[in-house]
Order: sequence, then C-alpha cells, then structure tokens
Amino acid sequence: MHVISLAAVDFRSYSFVEIELTPGVTTFVGKNGQGKTNLVEAISYCSTLSSHRVSQDLPLVKLNQPRAIVRTGVKYLERTNWLEVEIWPSKTNKAKLNGSECKKTKDILGILKTITFSPEDLILVKGDPGDRRSFLDDLLIQKSPSYAGVKSDYERVLKQRNALLKSAAPAKKNNLESILSTLSIWDDQLINFGAQIIVAKHELINELLPFITKTYTEIAPQSSELSIKYLPNVETMDVNITEVTKAMQEKINLRQQDELIRGLTLVGPHRDDMEITIGQMPAKGYASHGETWSVALSLKLASFDLLKENSPAGDPVLILDDVFAELDNDRRNQLIHRVKDVEQVLITAAVLEDVPKELIGKKLFVKDGKVEEL
Amino acid sequence: MYEGSLQDLIDALGKLPGVGPKSAQRLAFHFLQTDSATVQNLANLLLEVKQKVKSCKTCGAVSETDSCNICNDTRRDVSIICVIEEAKDISSIEKTREFKGRYHVLGGVISPIDGIGPDQLRIKELTSRVTNEEIKEVIVATNPNLEGEATAAFLVRILEPSGVLVTRLASGLPVGGELEYADEVTLGRALKGRRQVS
Repeated sequence: MHVISLAAVDFRSYSFVEIELTPGVTTFVGKNGQGKTNLVEAISYCSTLSSHRVSQDLPLVKLNQPRAIVRTGVKYLERTNWLEVEIWPSKTNKAKLNGSECKKTKDILGILKTITFSPEDLILVKGDPGDRRSFLDDLLIQKSPSYAGVKSDYERVLKQRNALLKSAAPAKKNNLESILSTLSIWDDQLINFGAQIIVAKHELINELLPFITKTYTEIAPQSSELSIKYLPNVETMDVNITEVTKAMQEKINLRQQDELIRGLTLVGPHRDDMEITIGQMPAKGYASHGETWSVALSLKLASFDLLKENSPAGDPVLILDDVFAELDNDRRNQLIHRVKDVEQVLITAAVLEDVPKELIGKKLFVKDGKVEEL
Repeated sequence: MYEGSLQDLIDALGKLPGVGPKSAQRLAFHFLQTDSATVQNLANLLLEVKQKVKSCKTCGAVSETDSCNICNDTRRDVSIICVIEEAKDISSIEKTREFKGRYHVLGGVISPIDGIGPDQLRIKELTSRVTNEEIKEVIVATNPNLEGEATAAFLVRILEPSGVLVTRLASGLPVGGELEYADEVTLGRALKGRRQVS
C-alpha cells in the first residue's frame, strides 16, 4: 500500500497543508523546526490513532484551535481509501472512511499500516516497561485491529478497579465487606480482558522473534544473537485462555491485601514487560549506544516484516524520521539494502547529505510550514 | 453577550443536557417572543413537576403517589421483576408489550470512578423485595456495557442465596439489521448465544 495524498488542517504547526505522494522513496528536507516530522506524524496517526512523539492529543492541535483534521488517501492495487480523522483534545475524536462517518474512531484502523523508526525508539531499549508495552500494543493493533477494543475495555476496567481499591483505604474499618463484594466482579472483568491480552502478546512475541533475530544478524553481523522474551505479570506453563484465567485469579487472590493497602491493581498485563537480550546480556544497561540503535532498528524492521507477512494489502508504509544523521556506515548500508524494495518509504532529514544517495528519491523541501518540490 | 436577565436565562438553559450555547440562545429568544400566558404555564409545570412527582416506594419509578401505576396494576404478574438502570428505561420495555411483570429501578450502575457502589443504588430494596414478595424470576436488564455487565454480575451474586431464578437480557443482532454492519463483539456474542431452530 502507499499514501497518495495527505491533507492536514490545524495540525501541529500547519494551518493547512496538502501534499501528493508517490510510491518509492520521498525525502522531506528542511531545517529543524520547519515541520518535517509533523507531516509524517500526521500520516502515522491515521494508521495507529496515536503519535510516536506524544501520548496526549493536545500537542497535535495548532495553538488556540479546537481541533485538528488529517486526511490521507491510501492506495492499494487500484483501490483508494480515504481516511479522515478529526482530533479533538477535549472530546471524542471522529473518523470518516471514504467520506462517511464511522461509528467509532477505531473502525478506520487496519486500512493504512505504517511503521515509524525515529530517534525516540531508543526508549524501547533504555526506557521503562511502559514504553515496551506500548510498542507491543501498537503493533498488535495494526496486526489485528479488534485488539484495540479489548485494550480499551481492559483500561476501563482497570480504572474502575483502581478507583474502588483507592476508596477501600479510608473505608477500611466500617465497610470493607461491601468493597470486597464488588471487588470480585471487577476481578472477573479484569481477568476476562487481561487473559485475552496476555495470550495475544505471547503469540505476537513468538511471531516477531524469528524476524528480529534475522534482522539483527543482517544489521550487526559481528554481534551476538538478539532475542526478545515476554515477561508477563501472570506466568503460566501453558499459554491459553483457560490456564491464564486460572493463574490470574490465583494471583489476584494472593495479592489482595497488597492491593488494598496500596490502592492499586497489581496483577494484570498492564504490568508486563519485554526483555531484550544480546547474547546472554540484557540490552538495557549493557548495550552500547550503537548497539541500542541497532536493536531499536531491528525491532522496527522486524515489525515491518511481520505486518507485511500478515497483510493482504502489501507492504506497510515505512517512515524513517530523522534517523540517518545518527547511523554509522554499516547500519546505513544495511538499511539501504532493506528498504530499497519497499513500496513506499518516507524519510525526513535536516540536511540532504545525511541521507544516502541511493535513497533520496523524490525531494520535498519543507520551510516555514510550506512544502515545495524543487 | 446580552444584558441582565436574558443572558442569565441563556446561561441557565445552556446547562441543560443536550443544549449547547447556540440552542440555549435560540430557546431564550423563543421565550421572549412567546406570549406571557404560555411561558407562565411552562414555568408552573416546571415547579409542579418538582413538587408532585416522586418515586414509587416499591420500584423506584416516577410516580405522583407513593405507589406507581404499574405496581398498583393487579393484572400484572407479581412474580417477575425486571431490574433496570434508570426510570426512563421502563418506557422502552413497556413499548415491547412483551413484559407483564413489575420493575425495579436501580438508579444507576456500579461505577467506582463516579463513587457509585452497591450502597448508592437501590440494591438493598431489591433483595428485600425478593425475600418478602413471592418472586420467581428477576430479569437483569442493565445496559450491555462494562459497568452494566459488572452490575449484573453483582446482582447475580447477591441474589443467588435466595434461590430465585436470575436471567439476563440476551445480546445479539438487531432485528432488521444486516450481518455486514454488525461489529465483531456483537456478532461474536450472537454466535455464542445462538439457538437451535430445527
């Protein structure tokens, strides 16, 4: 698939921008702060409904404007689908597919698939478990869009359950009984959605692992083997819904006292992590800066391969945001080798010299919120 | 911005559910142009409704007396109770003409985020009805969303010891709808709840 058109209104620094895109490589060039990344961010928002730079929607909307609108045209074979998202920081976002309003914003998920690699991805290695969880969540949503529903239901239950646990602390003496009686109904809901998430993540990691090992061997041939392992908060011998449900119920019973004292849900996939190892060593803390880049790049390229294999609609759109300046020659060459056959690659760079000549393709110059082809 | 009482009226109307600033302004100007008698009548009705309408002591539905029309109706089946979230849900179920029993209004759903637990709802009243009246079946008709399901699960747990039959409204495909337009959760539930026809 490839994006043929992007239009944005009141998005980041842009009041209005409209650009046409073609298959192959397109490089956005411009000085820092001119709005290159904003353009690719708008495109990736249409595929994940979240930004790779911020977790809240507010910064995406131009200052003093109520909402932002992003529209992309996505072409696969002869068919073009038009995706439009209205981003409202103060209320629910709206989405349109081919001009008609969707019941839920997440209905547009799965039509445009993108993989973005940017300097922010170093947090996959260095950052907190939460960063790795959102990497897995985002990938899972792109792979099977119905997961977005399970995830949002789980988050809602988690919020309700935490509110109940929090209220338990002051109420402890007089009506602990009544709190415990409602707690168990939230337990059931937590386990229902939580078990589905844990099983889905197990499957995802198993599918991703061979791609990661292969990609890393290509990018860093001299290095030891790269491996990832799912560290679920609830561990089981066999991974299936029944087993995980049972184990999660047991763990919840076991930790109930702690949960009541801390007023927080301590059991469930919201406390998962993913372990990344190079050879025998954990990547976090041990990997050099260069290795960290290689690992992050491998995770993203492996995600690309995974989506490509599972997608009937061809290659996802690959976005390389500001990454060439920091890559050394070897990694750069590997990247060139990997991306040259991808249907559509969007690159941003501050200076054209950073981008390898083989990859420059079509050039778009971004200056003061204007995009020009020279 | 307008002056004095007009702006006050617009602000007050704007606080009503479903009324934004534009509609509030439109309503306020409509009142300005309407003759005094009509407006007076509306004002009286607003006050009257607040004074007269209370809730039924038994089921919690809106009523001008201590006992509502449905609870008083001797033709209705006293052995079945349908549990609903809000009093306004009664009219939806009444329209079906399928239900001949009586109602019980919870006054909301369990939602710890909003500080609502079982004690804030009319659950105690329900359990005492089940023990004191000759109830055979309780139909739980809370909304099929997270909080509604949680409340239903809680009611099942609370009512279990009394031995009464507890049922839940089925969820599935809308009548006259098309499979193509059903979302996957609804369709999944419809598949799970399929029934034998041959």
